[in-house]
Amino acid sequence: MSETTPSVRSLPPEPAPRRGAAAAAERPVVIRAENLVKRYGDFTAVDGISFEVPAGESFGLLGPNGAGKSTTMRMIGGVSRRTGGRLEIMGLDPEEQGPVVRAHLGVVPQQDNLDEELRVRDNLLIYGRYFGLPRAYLKPKVEQLLDFAQLSDKANSRVDDLSGGMKRRLTIARSLVNEPKILLLDEPTTGLDPQARHVLWDRLFRLKEQGVTLVLTTHHMDEAEQLCDRLIVVDEGRIMAEGSPAELIRRYSTREVVELRFGADRNAAVAQQIGDLGDRVEALPDRVLIYARDGEAVLEAVVARGLSPVTSLVRRSSLEDVFLKLTGRSLAD
Amino acid sequence: MTELATRLEPSRRPLAGLYSGNVRAVVVRGLMALKTNNWAVFISGFVEPVLYLAAMGIGLGPLIGSVEGPGGEELAYSAYIAPALLAVSAMNGAVYDSTNNVFFKLRFSKLYQNMLYTSLGPLDVAIGEIYLALQRGFLYATGFMIIMSTMGLVTTPAALLMIPASVLIAFGFAALGMGITSFMKRFQHLDWINFALLPMFLFSATLYPLSVYPGGIQLFIQALPLWHGVELLRSLSVAHFTTDMLWHVAYYVVMIVVGVVLTTSRLRTLFLK
Ligand SMILES: Nc1ncnc2c1ncn2[C@@H]1O[C@H](COP(=O)(O)OP(=O)(O)O)[C@@H](O)[C@H]1O
Ligand SMILES: [Mg+2]
Repeated sequence: MSETTPSVRSLPPEPAPRRGAAAAAERPVVIRAENLVKRYGDFTAVDGISFEVPAGESFGLLGPNGAGKSTTMRMIGGVSRRTGGRLEIMGLDPEEQGPVVRAHLGVVPQQDNLDEELRVRDNLLIYGRYFGLPRAYLKPKVEQLLDFAQLSDKANSRVDDLSGGMKRRLTIARSLVNEPKILLLDEPTTGLDPQARHVLWDRLFRLKEQGVTLVLTTHHMDEAEQLCDRLIVVDEGRIMAEGSPAELIRRYSTREVVELRFGADRNAAVAQQIGDLGDRVEALPDRVLIYARDGEAVLEAVVARGLSPVTSLVRRSSLEDVFLKLTGRSLAD
Repeated sequence: MTELATRLEPSRRPLAGLYSGNVRAVVVRGLMALKTNNWAVFISGFVEPVLYLAAMGIGLGPLIGSVEGPGGEELAYSAYIAPALLAVSAMNGAVYDSTNNVFFKLRFSKLYQNMLYTSLGPLDVAIGEIYLALQRGFLYATGFMIIMSTMGLVTTPAALLMIPASVLIAFGFAALGMGITSFMKRFQHLDWINFALLPMFLFSATLYPLSVYPGGIQLFIQALPLWHGVELLRSLSVAHFTTDMLWHVAYYVVMIVVGVVLTTSRLRTLFLK
């Protein structure tokens, strides 16, 4: 492969540079989902989702709680039987060949499920044994993973004694013990403080550079923008949109957004008066959003009309705005 | 960097979706976790039949004198009940592990769910966990055999066959125990098992012959698993070989198969749903 691989890269402040869509198309597909359906009784949690993930891509499922992200992830891992549709992981159906498929998957479930009866190092060691890996391979591998998770000095601690961030890192390190080709990360950073999240993002970037295919779910739009080459926006078990973060923003939003707060009782009324400004005006209970190419100009126009917002902010469009446009609701719960 | 092999070869192994041939990892994990084992509970399960042997054999034995053994020969009372209590010992070890410990791993620590996210299949997990329970039964039975021999109750080389036979008994109880536990949802449900075990222990011709019961009750006792273990070990203890033994062994083989199949399918239903 002649792909240029930067040696070491620190966490970029801007969204990571994307590989072109053309390059992605050439790479072989490792996950193919066609019309996936999962019903629990009468309730349809996943309602006909289709997507393909080429090798080496970082693919995201973005959606609010209850959208069906975890359910989709569990079907990919072969630990949830689908009600309908087709699914191929590296050419195999995970329901028929669960052990073979999972041998090449790393799974980070939404809830950490570490082995509380074993110590930190033993957690990694025994997980490797579950994959049938020999001791000689595991001994150095486990130390390397402890280092990766920055837990070397906690190797002999009880799992109970780790902080939330440490447990999460251990769960991620554990998922790498079999050198997976595909890593499934279900809300990898939910519940972590900002610093711990950045450490994790950094670890995930490194894996991506090593060619691991990442599939991750999140309801944090900044996480999706940082980590995903391409994503699907999911709501109520259905795909609302698909594309790279930049494409989605371009397609469904404007370059900038003006956020104005006039106080809860005035927002809706003011929105009427400025409905002609920008490309689109959205009145939320707590604020008014104006979508425009040039935010500063719009803000000036608002002020020129004698309206004085309590606070105002001009920012770049985000996936949050895309979600709002597509569903009329905000991502955050 | 190595080229990604993006197409996996399907496994041609039978039961590929259920089994990865890696029972050993499950067993290794169980042994690693022994460090946090509750030793008080471990010991108490072993001590129970030993206490019965002491109290009944040494205390009641002289009052009762000798009783008729499997081949019609006269036996000291303690020699009569010892093999039966050995069967109870194997049962206790297996049942304790396959109920209480399995229940905890199933419902609280989510261990099995954790295992099934790897390349282990439900059959690997079932056999590994059943093996761990069986191993406890084997440990109890071996300890009990040592006590029997120090009391002079091991009188023929054939009696050594009681050890593999105890393993069979432990295997049967471990497999069925785990299968049944997989249906339990609350800790209180486990009490039902304990509730059923005590009368089975007392009434399965352990302390006196089956012939004391009327016919109908005899049939009922003969349908229960412990009776088969008691009869098997009691015959072996005096080297009295009969074709009935084959039935006792067959009973346990069926128990094992039913237990393994039940456990595997339950693990599948619970965690691969
Ligand atoms: N085992 C289950 N039984 C019944 N309903 C479920 C089960 N698992 C998930 N659901 C429901 O399916 C929907 C999607 O859940 P989930 O996939 O966890 O969403 P997300 O991960 O996007 O938050 C939710 O409404 C959830 O309540
Ligand atoms: Mg979820």
